[in-house]
Amino acid sequence: MQTANVNRLTPYLFLAPAGIIMAVALLYPIGYMIYASFLDWNPSQRIGEAEFIGLRNYLNLLGDAAFRESFWVTLKFAAIVVTVEMLLGVGLALLLDRNIRGMSLLRTLFILPMMIAPVVVGLMWRYMYHPTVGIFNRTLKSLGLEPIPWLSDGNWAFASVIIADIWQWTPFIFILSLAALQSLPQSAMEASRIDGATGWQQIIHIKLPLMMPVLIVTLLLRLIDAFKVLEVILVLTNGGPGLSTEILSLRISRTASEFRELGEAAAMSNVLLILLMILTFAMFAYSKAVEIRTARLRAAAEETAI
Amino acid sequence: MPKIFFDQVSKSYGAVEVLPPFDLTLEDGEFTVLVGPSGCGKSTTLRMLAGLETLSNGEIYFDDRAISKLEPKERDLAMVFQDYALYPHMNIAKNMSFALRLARVSKSEIDEKVLRVAKMLNIAHLLDRKPAELSGGQRQRVAMGRALVRDAGTFLFDEPLSNLDAKLRGKMRAELAEMRDTIDKNMVYVTHDQVEAMTLGDRIVVMSDGYIQQQGTPEALFKHPVNKFVAGFIGSPTMNFLDADLVEERGLTWVRGDGFMLPLSDETGKRMADAKNRNVTVGIRPSSFLTDASNGAPMELKVVVSEYLGAQSVLITRCSETDVVVETQSAQPLQTGSVQIFGVKTDEIMVFEKSSGRRL
Repeated sequence: MQTANVNRLTPYLFLAPAGIIMAVALLYPIGYMIYASFLDWNPSQRIGEAEFIGLRNYLNLLGDAAFRESFWVTLKFAAIVVTVEMLLGVGLALLLDRNIRGMSLLRTLFILPMMIAPVVVGLMWRYMYHPTVGIFNRTLKSLGLEPIPWLSDGNWAFASVIIADIWQWTPFIFILSLAALQSLPQSAMEASRIDGATGWQQIIHIKLPLMMPVLIVTLLLRLIDAFKVLEVILVLTNGGPGLSTEILSLRISRTASEFRELGEAAAMSNVLLILLMILTFAMFAYSKAVEIRTARLRAAAEETAI
Repeated sequence: MPKIFFDQVSKSYGAVEVLPPFDLTLEDGEFTVLVGPSGCGKSTTLRMLAGLETLSNGEIYFDDRAISKLEPKERDLAMVFQDYALYPHMNIAKNMSFALRLARVSKSEIDEKVLRVAKMLNIAHLLDRKPAELSGGQRQRVAMGRALVRDAGTFLFDEPLSNLDAKLRGKMRAELAEMRDTIDKNMVYVTHDQVEAMTLGDRIVVMSDGYIQQQGTPEALFKHPVNKFVAGFIGSPTMNFLDADLVEERGLTWVRGDGFMLPLSDETGKRMADAKNRNVTVGIRPSSFLTDASNGAPMELKVVVSEYLGAQSVLITRCSETDVVVETQSAQPLQTGSVQIFGVKTDEIMVFEKSSGRRL
């Protein structure tokens, strides 16, 4: 009797450490942040002393032009970098998915950028973008062209942070796409060759659709990352000039540290979190629905099997 | 439909030669089965014909046209793959019409062709399903349908039934046999299953270790195998092989082994006359045994296992140290452990050279 009880408890016992770590490391901070977003709280107060103000932080955000600007910059930034990175990454993967001598070395070189710490990437690009001694402007000058205000003009600064991000994160999409390509069913490729598909037709009709599940997850991961990006932009422009490159995470960090509005910052974080969660859940719900439908139809087919 | 001719074709992977140079002719409109154990080179041969593998040497001709440098799509062929190779993201109609759509056939013509083939294969109600939503047998049909819609001159089958369970395989085999008679195309079929080969093939090519061992009609291979490999591969249950010596006695040639001594028919005996080496392997098919010993040469066997199947029984018996499989028509199950005298049809006994396996 007693042994039976112990046996039944065993799995929970094994799960307990993971559960506790989850609670401490994940649920507690999130709960803390959600609670804080309902408070008018500055860093000199303990959390218990802060005044509870309900949804006022969220309402303030709606009226805050700087927040809306920052939100818009983030959306623009994420949309552009993820689109360009997806196109480049998938394109490179399609190009390099073949067995040529030296290809494995080339592949390794391609993924180097994403192994570099973001702060280092930021510093590196800042020197390259430097108005007088940076490689870009020196090159332009030696070609007899006008120097470009890479980081001092609003539009150029936005373009500059996008270029740096694309440089660093295209490899991520590249390796995931390459892995997806190499695990595609070989016989379906062969069947399409027999069916008369050219290389391009194979890519469009077979490879890309079959890679789609991986591409969607990759896109989602990159999108989440792009919404949270901080270090490179912090080092490159610190959000400037003006608010031209002030993405949401920078705004949050400034609201907390410069403006000393912890409740407001927490509310911003929550808005970002909700946005990302909607994206993620929509994606999960979609793939789950497809999975269930397939399983149901297949079970029906097996039952009435010929 | 072209006549297909392999001219001194060979295949190597690096230094490893998997197919030494060989010639092979596939006649117009014939159903040819390439059969052999796994690794014998039959799939490689088919894939070279399909254009999925390059040739290391030699040339393949469709009539007089050399095709080894052509892309698969330029060879006018359709193929059914072992794992079906359906496009998972397309529904069945799209799967079947893929080649036609690439060829820019008009939509009405595509719909008509797909529907006709789908009806023939009994999958018309599945056209808007995805492959993952079908059972194994249905997927098999779709793969078949995708090939048929093409209306190509040559059909290639790469072990199309091996992923099905036994019952379904039997059913699909029968349907294929029926289809073979209604469709007048070149068909090349690869399998490791000799039953499929025997029931489907107009002509069977038996391969082993990269060599073509023998080719011919199912009947010719069964009755006149050229060597021990073919004799053992074709026929079910498989042929029994026993070591023996050739001896002359009482005006007859006999094979004498451990626990048996059987006379050879006059015809076989004559062929033995110039056999230099008297050590041979005797091959007796399970169906060559009779329960009534008076109708053949007597052979004493101890019944070890009796598999009673109703109309017939398959017995595993022992002759001295060697297992001998016997197929009997008797409706009576035989007592396990008993020693029985069976009759052997002497004109069905085959004799092989022991060292080379060559039929004498």
